[in-house]
Amino acid sequence: MRVRALVIRILRQIIRDKRTLGLLIFAPILILTMLHLVFNGDDYVPKVGLVDIPEAFEKQLDLDDADITKYTNIESANKDMEKQLLDGYISFENTSPSIVLEGSDPNVNGATIKWLEKAFAPLQPTGSHELNVAFIHGSEDMSQFDYFGPVLLGFFIFFFVFLIAGVSFLRERTTGTLERLLSSPLRKSEMVVGYIIGFGIFTMIQATIIAAYAIYVLGMLMEGSFIYVLLITLTLSLTALTLGILLSSFANNELQMIQFIPIVVVPQIFFSGLFNLETISPWLNWIGPMTPLYYAADALRNVMVRGYGWADLYINILVLLGFSALFMFLNIVALRKYRKI
Amino acid sequence: MDANEVIVSIQDVSKAFGKQEVLNNISLNVYKGEIFGLLGPSGAGKTTLVKMLTGFDLPNRGENYLFQEKMPSLKLIEKIGYMAQSDALYGELTAKENLEFFGALFGLNGKALQSRIGKVMDVVELSDHLNKTVHHYSGGMKRRLSLAIALLHEPALLILDEPTVGIDPVLRKSIWNAFYNLNEKGTSIIVTTHVMGEAEKCHRLAMLRDGRLIAVGTPEQLKAETSSSSIEEAFLAYGGAKA
Repeated sequence: MRVRALVIRILRQIIRDKRTLGLLIFAPILILTMLHLVFNGDDYVPKVGLVDIPEAFEKQLDLDDADITKYTNIESANKDMEKQLLDGYISFENTSPSIVLEGSDPNVNGATIKWLEKAFAPLQPTGSHELNVAFIHGSEDMSQFDYFGPVLLGFFIFFFVFLIAGVSFLRERTTGTLERLLSSPLRKSEMVVGYIIGFGIFTMIQATIIAAYAIYVLGMLMEGSFIYVLLITLTLSLTALTLGILLSSFANNELQMIQFIPIVVVPQIFFSGLFNLETISPWLNWIGPMTPLYYAADALRNVMVRGYGWADLYINILVLLGFSALFMFLNIVALRKYRKI
Repeated sequence: MDANEVIVSIQDVSKAFGKQEVLNNISLNVYKGEIFGLLGPSGAGKTTLVKMLTGFDLPNRGENYLFQEKMPSLKLIEKIGYMAQSDALYGELTAKENLEFFGALFGLNGKALQSRIGKVMDVVELSDHLNKTVHHYSGGMKRRLSLAIALLHEPALLILDEPTVGIDPVLRKSIWNAFYNLNEKGTSIIVTTHVMGEAEKCHRLAMLRDGRLIAVGTPEQLKAETSSSSIEEAFLAYGGAKA
């Protein structure tokens, strides 16, 4: 069977190319591990200075969880702050405490202000008790990594499948093997199907390894079913594959294929939910619903963070399949350029 | 040579890419059992003509018939073995895997496929290198493997686009010997070349220049008609007469 021969050939080629194989599996693992370490790192410990604070007052403050340095005057505190040894300091002016922050890094500011609120809590006269916060999804322990994770998982699979499929189809064209395929009785539709199954099998393996690593080794939040994660990544990779093959028709060499990354792949990250979509300027927010990653990221987040099932996923999956069908149709049309029947 | 049976018939074919005319009103017959040469300098339109015969392209005017059927047709594609100018091989795979893949596309499998692989690799003298990765093949070996793939499905007609370009004289001779062997077994061959000396090895020749057919005949006829001592002189004589 012709499609089977094509599938076997594609798998053989991928397996022979050890370096690309390594890139497809270990590059996402490496990046996810690094992000895990970056976002799941320990809480930031603010470095706070106390400038000439009366001892009675200091005793009332909760000074845990911060690096405390004591200063006798504001000048020396300012000097340390310029050297970035200090994130902020508390001083007394006219018997009321005043706070100065270094202020160049918003994340550090946030952590320092949070700490200050806690430190001053014992002084609050109303005895403000701790708020009891309930979570519908996620938890207090949920880190940024858990929120980004599903989007990144989808992104890596999209990115690598897009690139590898596009380049391998491009090579088929530039080495003349496409011409040889087309001088055989292989139908254009069989060719597209063969490519989809060949890369589909490979993507399933790739997605399983990457997702299993992220969930079971890195401990990424996983509320829903693993099968849904695989289903979503498979449909996403189908979209990436068909789009990669389609765009490879418009590239003359590998470098031109890579030029599609900043145009086609990177912008999708911005609209896929890595950043809050509601704050994106209305001039641009219509782009999101036109990109495949938007639907895949939403579906992955629904499964992994919110634990949703099929009823909440099928629309996204249908949209992804719709994208694939469109690209597939355009591929068959584009192949007419090479053989008229 | 069976002069009665026409297997390729090119009828008043013209082709232009945009405003550039590549082929101008070509009419030509190729008979069963011939080695037919298309001779002309690069840019004469040889490859364009070949691509229409293999169904990659359509003429703007005129028609091409293969085995009395109009091209392009998927059914006819199976009767043609086509070898393009580029080797068109998968470098990561072994010669055997390449042959198996292309064989399967033509519907060969199992024992029949293995026996065909053995035969075609004998023809191109590569039997000892069957399990080598193509990546490690020399240029000449790739050319021959490419030819072997074109022979795999026992096509009745072989169309070869510059099969010996960039190949040393010894190898060129061995490739031509392979052509003669195939021809004796009944395969018709169309071969394009820009090497005048090579053209003399064909049974009949068509001379192409700037998209026009300037002469057709056996090498001897062409030389005799222009009283030239070589094909090169004959080509100049025909080309000069038109210019």
